[in-house]
Amino acid sequence: MEQIEKFRQETREWLEANCPPSMRTPMTNEDDTVWGGRKATYENPEAKLWLDRMASRGWTVPTWPKAYGGGGLSKEENQVLSSELRRIKARPPLSSFGIWMLGPALLEYASEEQKQKFLPPIVRGEIRWCQGYSEPGAGSDLAGLQTKAEDKGDHYLVNGQKIWTSYADKADWIFCLVRTDSTKKHDGISFLLFDMATPGVEARPISMISGASPFCETFFTDVKVPKENLVGELNKGWTIAKRLLQHERDMISGMGLGSGVGSSASLESLAKDYFGESNGKVASAALREHIAQQKMDGKAFALTLQRTAEEAKAGHAVGAASSIFKYYGTELNKRRYELMLEIMGTKGLGWTGEGFTDQEIGVTRSWLRSKGNSIEGGTSEVQLNVVAKRVLGLPD
Amino acid sequence: MALVLTEEQQLLRDTATQFFQKNVPIANLRKLRDSKSADGFDRAVWKEMADLGFAGILTSEKYGGTDFGPVGLGLVLEQAGRTLAASPLVSTVLLCGSAVQLAGSATQRQDILSSIAAGEIIMALALEETAHHNPTHIATKAESGGAGYRISGEKTFVLDGHVADKLIVAARTSGKVGDKSGITLFIVDAKAKGVTITRTLMVDNRNAANITFENVTVGADTILGSVDGGSDVLDQVLDIARIGLAAEMLGSIQEVFDTTVEYLKERKQFGVPIGSFQALKHRISDLFSEIELCRSVVLDALSALEARRNDVPQIASLAKARLSDVATRMTNEGLQMRGGMGMTDQFDVGLFMKRARVAAATFGDGNFHRDRYATLEGF
Repeated sequence: MEQIEKFRQETREWLEANCPPSMRTPMTNEDDTVWGGRKATYENPEAKLWLDRMASRGWTVPTWPKAYGGGGLSKEENQVLSSELRRIKARPPLSSFGIWMLGPALLEYASEEQKQKFLPPIVRGEIRWCQGYSEPGAGSDLAGLQTKAEDKGDHYLVNGQKIWTSYADKADWIFCLVRTDSTKKHDGISFLLFDMATPGVEARPISMISGASPFCETFFTDVKVPKENLVGELNKGWTIAKRLLQHERDMISGMGLGSGVGSSASLESLAKDYFGESNGKVASAALREHIAQQKMDGKAFALTLQRTAEEAKAGHAVGAASSIFKYYGTELNKRRYELMLEIMGTKGLGWTGEGFTDQEIGVTRSWLRSKGNSIEGGTSEVQLNVVAKRVLGLPD
Repeated sequence: MALVLTEEQQLLRDTATQFFQKNVPIANLRKLRDSKSADGFDRAVWKEMADLGFAGILTSEKYGGTDFGPVGLGLVLEQAGRTLAASPLVSTVLLCGSAVQLAGSATQRQDILSSIAAGEIIMALALEETAHHNPTHIATKAESGGAGYRISGEKTFVLDGHVADKLIVAARTSGKVGDKSGITLFIVDAKAKGVTITRTLMVDNRNAANITFENVTVGADTILGSVDGGSDVLDQVLDIARIGLAAEMLGSIQEVFDTTVEYLKERKQFGVPIGSFQALKHRISDLFSEIELCRSVVLDALSALEARRNDVPQIASLAKARLSDVATRMTNEGLQMRGGMGMTDQFDVGLFMKRARVAAATFGDGNFHRDRYATLEGF
């Protein structure tokens, strides 16, 4: 107990001295997110300073082992660090698929040599990763993927196409699912890492309904990948892929808690602003009821996340509840944006330029973006099938 | 927040599960109905429940209670909900027992609490006056005169009113209908002169009563709490009952869900189990997620009561609204998924549907509590 208090004191002092002032202000738009990588540019030099200082202590990934550049913190210490960061409203020093998705998989499945090579640059934000999973013909049926990696003796030769590759045009490396045995489905998939600068790799951004282009089509034509870049065993990549998807779903289901653009303003204060109020109540009775329903469902969802966490802490097997998070969280988030649009009326339907505030445009764009939540990382329908099969034991 | 049960609580749950499954199965409800029981519940079962300590679960040991607290009570109610066990738990323990515990004088506590814990007395709260829950719509008057008060008015949907020994009556001592202040609670003997009780048999085969008070004379010592200050007590007591009903509904919902999943695996059409059809899989899986959320909400509401948190009103409304709505949906779906058999009296799902509607309407349905939640949250 004393030790943890000492840790809190030291952490607080260090953060006071090292977190630059502008990194304690709320992020105003998506561009404020620091993704790192070889192509990163820093409009605000303090963002880079904050990243480097945190990385020097391994605190971009507080619980990873020190041997790979991580912070080596215990669960308790990490909780202290998180609460101290929240206390000063510090921005995340680094956001990355390397941290959220690839890193945990490497820690579990990679060779010692691979860990030494790939983990430290993730910690320092030097290499930005993207994920090569979906293909034009393999969406919900991901294991039907066709991108081929042929054994050419000292290397694999990769040919094929990926789609929905997030930020492929900005990423330095890709973790990629490839077919290494075409006679089998799940057991013919391998997990490969390669540099996006390798000849034969091309990423083309896709224009989305929100006007942004976070996703790419990615083409591989005779891409040579060294054999040591295979993670885990040949044809056993599906196991790693599934584990990674779990991390991805956990990440997406957090959306149900209402983070993201427009989350700082509550629905009810937004409604009072746009609709007016009478006797302290939102002027539209119908809208008021919808807001109440949304808030109550949000609270019930948050309590369920909390219950699962408490059950895990108490040593219970992770309850069946966790299988619904991706489904419920994303549906909740979509409903929230629909409601915000209703509240804002035509002010929530602007596309660009004059007549609309940045916040209004931001909500509109986020509303469009939110539609993808129940598609990416496993559609709502796939999630419901998973519940039916794995939790309820219903027949195929 | 205690969302995980302690060992002691798990033990209580196991006791309750065993008791209701074995001693009060759904067959009991059918028997009460088919024999046209005058009480609407089984007095022998109620005695057993009292012996197990269920009737004194909110009462301190000083008055012979077991003092297991709200979480314990919730566990018992959940198991009662699984078998649709009818008992005066809500009327006598949650409503009246809590009211006396909260606002009673030393004499009133002494007289009433130990009798409740022992299962010797049944009490009912005479509150509602309209077809919708409305705890400030009190037109029943109590006029002071002489040494006490004269009560006149009409009450409806008084749970267990026809079997109650004593009533707690919400009457207006000042102000006008709809005012929050000016309501006073009186403890009135059910056999007092001027009290007329008419049993109203509800669709769930449980009982309520219409009660008329005609110049019923009571002494000032029958006042529970303060004159004109009844609403504060009512608010707290009603929240306890709302959370308790939510716990009961959780049990009913879970039972219908479990048996529906079983049915989907067994029932065959087109040569395959109907549970293999995606149209049904998606609906039942969606219900699964709603029920997981229900469970979290009920547990949190019970622990809010236990810890006397100041957000009890909000979480009570959240729990009552969510559980009422999901109970309605689950019983509708449970019936639909059973096809024509779901429409028969032989299947239990209809009994659960009837109970779900009455439980939903008791002390505020989803509409009432969404409105209340918004008001409590300041919008």
